[in-house]
Amino acid sequence: MAEAVAHATDAPLVVGGRTFRSRLMVGTGKYKDNATMTAALAASGAEVVTVAVRRVDLDRSKEEAILHHLDPDQYFLLANTAGCYTADDAIRYARLAREAGFNEFVKLEVIGDQETLLPDTDGLLNATKTLVAEGFQVMAYTNDDLITALRLEDAGCAAVMPLASPIGSGLGLANPYTVRTIKRRLTCPVIVDAGVGTASDACITMEQGVDGILMNTALAEAADEVTMARAMRWAVDAGRAAFLAGRMPRREIAVPSSPTTGLLD
Amino acid sequence: MTDAGSITVNGRSHPIGENDSLLDVLSALDLDPRVVVVELNRDIVRRPQLGETRVRPGDHIELVHFVGGG
Repeated sequence: MAEAVAHATDAPLVVGGRTFRSRLMVGTGKYKDNATMTAALAASGAEVVTVAVRRVDLDRSKEEAILHHLDPDQYFLLANTAGCYTADDAIRYARLAREAGFNEFVKLEVIGDQETLLPDTDGLLNATKTLVAEGFQVMAYTNDDLITALRLEDAGCAAVMPLASPIGSGLGLANPYTVRTIKRRLTCPVIVDAGVGTASDACITMEQGVDGILMNTALAEAADEVTMARAMRWAVDAGRAAFLAGRMPRREIAVPSSPTTGLLD
Repeated sequence: MTDAGSITVNGRSHPIGENDSLLDVLSALDLDPRVVVVELNRDIVRRPQLGETRVRPGDHIELVHFVGGG
């Protein structure tokens, strides 16, 4: 680590035995059109992109299938279980996703409350145990509670994904302390998922030392999606580098930057 | 194809013919089996088995695919 700090070099992100080229992961929801989405994904530099599992619209009222817009050689598709409110539902969606996709990874969400979209941590833990036993690499979306995070790691999660703030809220990192504590106490990768609103949020989040960030709305709802994607790429890199560099201590007094000797009489 | 009753596909009634397979159902709906996952009465049917899996009246089928999500 001393070497890494000295030269601000970094080890690659490894999740579930797989190495990824970017610490920024992005969702594919809520874009105004697929062309904007693919341009934003490219600008973000992300490798991991999330997708959702839904019923095929038999009326073809809108073209919603996304696979042919995502080059499998360029992106690692991470299916989520968004919209699931029970462990059983999440397990069902995860199994369907594995069948549809190209890998064993799942971003597991078991939502406990419609208004806040906060996780049902009990259901999450139960679903994790089942899916890990079935060979899934589970990346679990959770709140910023250390005890739940520790239990998820014990249950065999490939990564634990505490929120910065509620999904789609754009409120930024609500509690740096809890996220930092989770990162410090867990051995598996900690990837912050949800709540980042703009580049400074991403930078501050990465400065806590977490292994990566997953975001969607911050890109999809920006006035200029592609430029925000580029900003997020830089912010994640900057925050990571700042963490590795090691920041100066905070002092509630001033300390002069210029010599205090050699001043004129 | 003779009318052999109906199944439920994504919550909607769908007529089937005698000896129709899941692949026939997808074909009737003009869906590419490579991008759709099929659940027959809550059990996933893998792609290689779609052609040999017959549907029976009253079966419940879910057809899912990947859409944009976060």
